[in-house]
Amino acid sequence: MTTNTTPDPYAAVRDEWARPGALTPTGATPIVRTLALEKYFGSNHVLRGVTLDVYPRETICLIGRSGSGKSTLLRCINFLEEPTVGAVEVDGVRVNADPLHARDRNHREQIRQIRMRAQMVFQEFNLFPHLKVIDNLIEAPVRVKGVSRDQAIATAEKYLDKVGLSEKRDEYPARLSGGQKQRVAIARALTMEPKVLLFDEPTSALDPTLVGEVLNVMEELAHEGATMIVVTHEMAFAREAADRVYFIEEGVFLEVGPPEQVIENPRDPRTREFLARTLGAAHVHQGGAIHEPERGAAHLHGEGPAHGRDDHGDHDDRPLSGHADMGHIEGRDHL
Amino acid sequence: MTASSGALGAPGGSVPASATPPIVLAIADQRQRQRRRFRLIFIATWFVVIGGALLGLVAGGKIDFAFMGEWTPYIIGGVTTTIYVAVISIAIAIVFAVFGALGRLSSNSILYSLSTLYVSMVRGTPLLVQILFIYLALPQIVPFVNDVPKEVLGIFALSFNYGAYMTETFRAGIQAVPRGQTEAAQALGMPAQIRMRRIVLPQAVRIITPAIGNEFISMVKDSSLVSVIGVPELLWRAQRIGQSHFKGLETLIVAAGIYWGLTIMLSLVQDRLEKRMAESDRRI
Repeated sequence: MTTNTTPDPYAAVRDEWARPGALTPTGATPIVRTLALEKYFGSNHVLRGVTLDVYPRETICLIGRSGSGKSTLLRCINFLEEPTVGAVEVDGVRVNADPLHARDRNHREQIRQIRMRAQMVFQEFNLFPHLKVIDNLIEAPVRVKGVSRDQAIATAEKYLDKVGLSEKRDEYPARLSGGQKQRVAIARALTMEPKVLLFDEPTSALDPTLVGEVLNVMEELAHEGATMIVVTHEMAFAREAADRVYFIEEGVFLEVGPPEQVIENPRDPRTREFLARTLGAAHVHQGGAIHEPERGAAHLHGEGPAHGRDDHGDHDDRPLSGHADMGHIEGRDHL
Repeated sequence: MTASSGALGAPGGSVPASATPPIVLAIADQRQRQRRRFRLIFIATWFVVIGGALLGLVAGGKIDFAFMGEWTPYIIGGVTTTIYVAVISIAIAIVFAVFGALGRLSSNSILYSLSTLYVSMVRGTPLLVQILFIYLALPQIVPFVNDVPKEVLGIFALSFNYGAYMTETFRAGIQAVPRGQTEAAQALGMPAQIRMRRIVLPQAVRIITPAIGNEFISMVKDSSLVSVIGVPELLWRAQRIGQSHFKGLETLIVAAGIYWGLTIMLSLVQDRLEKRMAESDRRI
């Protein structure tokens, strides 16, 4: 924590690529910051000084090959991994990496403050199998935030409705499909009413036919102005929803920019190679431009070509009935 | 609809019986007869061996059936004590085991050391020695133990012993809960204590319930050891009658038969419970 007497050691550290997103209120400051973050696993240097600024209502996509450090970065933000060096700031709460005192009461309490503000959605869902859907959602608000049971249930039902699973309220997770499980996991994160959502490859464990329903929910959240940091291999999602795409390679950001730049006109040859492999060589054309692959059910916003993020003003007022299974989502999220 | 499609189980189900080819019926019939024969021989073999042994004893004039009949009800009366000692002991053993397992998984060196000492000490000495120690040796250190009922001392010895064995069972069960469960709970901001109590332990208990069933069945049999300190359970009653009338054969056959019957019944109950749990696992 910084105090008045010690100067902020990270005062000069900035994410040079960050600029307020299309939905960010004017004058807003970054809500999530990682400051010169480094992480070693033993002697393996996984993150090599990562600085990331995320403004409110932005959606940030982290892409990169496996082992590049993108999931580690995400897990460092809510301290599921204790960073080795650097600091994390979420909604004004600054926690310095302190691996030598990771078990100190004070440090752990600070981490808890971060975790309440930054909710994670996991690749493997990690729903609690012994609890019904509704109990999965209210467990943490009731036991951790001290919300009353009735209040927690009301909030949980609101978000279950948002992900389109109100009728699964009293089911056990094992009775749900993978896509439904992940939507419940998203609702569980939302029920904590966090400031930012962290998605760790949320569709990678899903059957391809179930990817679309999860991406639809995430799309919807992005357009409603939720702040999201998404580790993903879904380039169509990144192009459609991201304000900025960060390509990470060997623990550093190699190329950052709006999706139409990073995904369609990557400058760095390594970015180009990664995208070619991810999207399939057939989609890479001479200029380096990449065309969206056929996505079938996962085709994001109904018909038509992918939209840039700039026209979000229009999106917000679009009739929601365009999304068949998301038609009941209403209003903007407070995130 | 042709006959062959009927044999393959055509949708709709109500295919006339005549549509099934005779060979299919013949196979099913043969299989059922074989199964019935197998079961019959299985039971017959038991009867021959047990009945033969008993007949041999009778023919040799070695066994007094009238005496057995007379005292069997008295020995059966000990089943109540046996069962309540076993039930209470297993319940307390579970408490010991939970704390033992938490200690074995603790990063606190003192807690880890204490629980490891407990497990090593108890598993390294015979149960009979532990029972006698608590009954005969402990009063020399703390005299008030003399005033504690024998049943309580017996239950304490049994649960202390079983708690150590079940500590390892619980530890394995806790470790078998997927890592993602803890991470999800952490990410939701739950402190360690709530994580363990609300998320990990309930799932661990589910995983080890079959093992607890086995421990209970063993406990019913091992509870016979507390007869040596005079807890009036099944074996104690059998011994009392047998020794005073010099009829050890008759009374011990009765006692053994009752233990055996109890074990078979409890195993059946356990099978049922496991099957039901497997079903609800499909649900959960």
